[in-house]
Amino acid sequence: MTTFTPSSSAETLSTVQWAAAEETPLELLGHGSKRGIGRPLQTEHTLDLSRLTGVTLYEPAELVLSAKAGTPLVEIEQLLTENGQQFAFEPMDYGPLLSGEPGQGSKNGTIGGVLATNLSGPRRLKAGAARDHILGVAAISGRGEAFKSGGRVVKNVTGYDLSKLMANSWGTLAVLTDVTFKVLPAAETEVTLAIRGLLDDAAVAAMALALGSSAEASSAAHLPERIAAKVAGGKHGSDAATLLRVEGFGPSVVYRIEALRKLLGKAGPLEEIAGEASKTIWRDIRDCLPFADGGARPVWRVSMAPSQAHHMVMALRMQVAVDAFYDWQGGLVWLSMREDDPEADLLRGLIRKHGGGHATLVRVSPSHRAALPVFEPQPSHLAALSARLKAEFDPKAILNPGRMA
Amino acid sequence: MSGLAMPKPDAETMRRRAEIVADMRIIVPGEGVVDAANEMRAFESDGLTAYRQLPLVVVLPETVAQVSRVLKYCNERNIRVVPRGSGTSLSGGALPLEDAVLLVMSRFNRILAIDYPNRIVVAQPGVTNLGITTAVEQEGFYYAPDPSSQIACSIGGNVAENSGGVHCLKYGLTANNVLGIEMVLMNGEVVRLGGSHLDQEGYDLLGVMTGSEGLLGVVTEVTVRILKKPETARALLIGFPTSEEGGQCVADIIGAGIIPGGMEMMDRPAIHAAEDFVHAGYPLDVEALLIVELDGPGVEVDHLIGLVEAIAYRNGSTTCRISQSEQERLSFWAGRKAAFPAVGRISPDYYCMDGTIPRKELPRVLAGMRDLSEKYGLGVANVFHAGDGNLHPLILYDANVPGELDKAESFGADILRLCVEVGGVLTGEHGVGVEKRDLMPEMFNQIDLDQQMRVKCAFDPNHLLNPGKVFPQLRRCAELGRMHVHRGQVAFPDIPRF
Ligand SMILES: Cc1cc2nc3c(=O)[nH]c(=O)nc-3n(C[C@H](O)[C@H](O)[C@H](O)COP(=O)(O)OP(=O)(O)OC[C@H]3O[C@@H](n4cnc5c(N)ncnc54)[C@H](O)[C@@H]3O)c2cc1C
Ligand SMILES: Cc1cc2nc3c(=O)[nH]c(=O)nc-3n(C[C@H](O)[C@H](O)[C@H](O)COP(=O)(O)OP(=O)(O)OC[C@H]3O[C@@H](n4cnc5c(N)ncnc54)[C@H](O)[C@@H]3O)c2cc1C
Repeated sequence: MTTFTPSSSAETLSTVQWAAAEETPLELLGHGSKRGIGRPLQTEHTLDLSRLTGVTLYEPAELVLSAKAGTPLVEIEQLLTENGQQFAFEPMDYGPLLSGEPGQGSKNGTIGGVLATNLSGPRRLKAGAARDHILGVAAISGRGEAFKSGGRVVKNVTGYDLSKLMANSWGTLAVLTDVTFKVLPAAETEVTLAIRGLLDDAAVAAMALALGSSAEASSAAHLPERIAAKVAGGKHGSDAATLLRVEGFGPSVVYRIEALRKLLGKAGPLEEIAGEASKTIWRDIRDCLPFADGGARPVWRVSMAPSQAHHMVMALRMQVAVDAFYDWQGGLVWLSMREDDPEADLLRGLIRKHGGGHATLVRVSPSHRAALPVFEPQPSHLAALSARLKAEFDPKAILNPGRMA
Repeated sequence: MSGLAMPKPDAETMRRRAEIVADMRIIVPGEGVVDAANEMRAFESDGLTAYRQLPLVVVLPETVAQVSRVLKYCNERNIRVVPRGSGTSLSGGALPLEDAVLLVMSRFNRILAIDYPNRIVVAQPGVTNLGITTAVEQEGFYYAPDPSSQIACSIGGNVAENSGGVHCLKYGLTANNVLGIEMVLMNGEVVRLGGSHLDQEGYDLLGVMTGSEGLLGVVTEVTVRILKKPETARALLIGFPTSEEGGQCVADIIGAGIIPGGMEMMDRPAIHAAEDFVHAGYPLDVEALLIVELDGPGVEVDHLIGLVEAIAYRNGSTTCRISQSEQERLSFWAGRKAAFPAVGRISPDYYCMDGTIPRKELPRVLAGMRDLSEKYGLGVANVFHAGDGNLHPLILYDANVPGELDKAESFGADILRLCVEVGGVLTGEHGVGVEKRDLMPEMFNQIDLDQQMRVKCAFDPNHLLNPGKVFPQLRRCAELGRMHVHRGQVAFPDIPRF
């Protein structure tokens, strides 16, 4: 077992070239923070990218930032905060859920890992995911060739968008050495409107009403009874909370919150949560804190049409005991199974029955992990196409072999 | 580019034309196959009208099964296929080939589903961009990406080109507003990517398909996100004595955390051409004119207009008008929207370029363009999506003067080289097509291009779908797949641990 820790793109390139020549697989690591997700790997060698660091370009007025792929996300986020900017896609931190320890400091993930896993957060609904903000990459294919794609400007249709292809590829197509992201101004003001005491179906209806209005909520989540107590240290009580986040300039936020109050006044009792308290709630939802109990019971991340997901959860509950909460207007479901069995077939069957989508098993005991497709299995034509694409980037299957299989 | 080399017609296909036409009539019965030269004329070019070519045959399928059968048939017989939507491409993406079936998707013109709770519309690819908004506007919704060609261009073409528009600064490009597609591969297989949920499972093939210019698959269904119309929109019309000041104003607006609904700039020649044409009341004594549109609730718009006005003043604006009515807002836009035809009035022909640059490089690029304009002896007018750095220089020429088209094309190529030199790219929204194909090496080295072509190989290993577009030189997939082993400096067993 050898660990390579290159500190430059050139060193990374020669490592991959060596591995390609030897046809020996590498496991790619940023900080290894999401190592618990995906199929376990048994490679002899590890390519640790955490020393490939540094912000190489940051021009706030141009809304662009470039960094070496191993740069810690926290470092970049700090720099952006100092300049009143942010990644609008709000990348989540898997640390609390997977290791039970929130706030891993500078080991909380690399910017390359953010793209490779296509992270996002509650603002996904309005602002997209990492894929929607990546502008360009430099990477090394499994062929041992350094290539680039995209650029540093927002509008660019020159050639295929290989940068987007890196999103959610989990290090199976290429080793990222440099990434360039679009950055955006952070909102001046943030207020969350909470409707208390709704059941899932009423909550989903209220969120659809809100998002279908011109109030421009940037996030919409529903925390059922008891789960609500697991965010923000329980300070908002345990009654179900349906949450709408409104961000922007002060006068606009006041107006839009008022518009939502008028729209939803009959739905249930309303509460306003502003500033830091609001930020804490959304960070906790983003990081799936309600299920970050330090345990190893299976946790699923499910993406479906917002109007369908709670029906699927209801059907699932007829057969197994689960806890669930919703983000993305109801379309993102975090599911925690009460028993050890992830019930993958049951869950995926129900998702198909309710309009389709996908389920990723993000936390599971090692025994189940080796035996189950943790990512959503694909229909045969699509699976074949994906396999052909993998072979075009990594013909000898040396990059994270089997990770996404 | 006038001496554009296209793939050599396949003699075998040309010889079997009659048989192919007959087979197409079996797959697509009725009016769906056009083979008479006079009827095929309508399809001989797209929006890049300098290039014309009659196809082998025009096929207009109506069902996904027909698309699948046409492609499978052609794949098995090594026949090339060029997909086409509405034919408004400005880069020759839909330019026919002499030996290729032109697959026209215009009969796929139905909206399949409107789902307000999930804010999505499912449309066939031939539905026009504006057709989607029209279908949902009675409920107050719209589809945000708005290319100027929106009355004509198809949503399938928008996906293929990743089209943008004035509103893309705030609301994103096509890629950010499409949730799913159904497509048919060259081998006839039907594949669905994404759907009514967010994030495609597995590799982001949806991301790669968007902007792939009809080279990877034929889009047969599109699911898009719709948005509620903002309550109000107002615009500012701001004039500056220099483009530097205009550029700095744009930077400061964004620096203040404001992302306007639209932010467009015009240079002096464009201002004058537009004003002469539509009499929008544009100031004629300025070098740069900025239109900033703010949308949202009234209080927000009023608040931001105050901020933008102050920023403009600080940057030396000499005029600043704020729209007081919807009619006045539209009048501010009238000149900008008519900029292309307005330029068409002052010059027999014009050639529209589409580079993107880092915004701060605008003064340098405009100065460079003035020098080039002198060198080539051709005029140029500029309209500019200022918020995201996407520049549309319009080169003025006369195709009837021998050699002028060539000159205009060389001028255009030099402008794009300049864009790349300052850190920008060859095309922001119009696509590479045939137009910028041979300039690709300005931006990419052979390894970069080879890796893009390998993506093509995964979708279409025989290079039958829209060949001759995007890539300057198509290399055979078998050749591209060969591994050249670079041992690098690392040798086992003394593996350095860096
Ligand atoms: C079981 C477990 C235990 C943990 N324990 C700790 C701990 O003890 N201390 C701690 O600080 N944090 C720990 N974490 C939390 C973790 O640090 C964070 O969650 C973090 O967000 C992960 O980001 P990353 O860069 O580390 O991505 P990784 O998990 O390293 O990578 C995610 C995926 O992206 C790929 N990838 C990463 N970089 C690149 C690249 N440059 N190019 C191509 N592909 C790439 C990887 O191959 C992988 O498939 C733990 C997490 C897990 C799962
Ligand atoms: C006056 C004018 C103004 C314009 N303004 C803008 C603008 O503001 N912003 C902008 O981005 N563009 C603009 N364009 C360019 C053009 O309208 C867009 O590129 C548009 O998306 C093309 O759509 P189409 O249906 O006409 O496609 P076509 O021109 O028919 O085809 C374009 C490309 O897409 C492929 N294609 C088409 N349909 C499919 C399908 N179903 N499946 C697979 N591939 C397909 C074709 O092979 C071709 O490569 C403008 C064009 C004109 C003429």
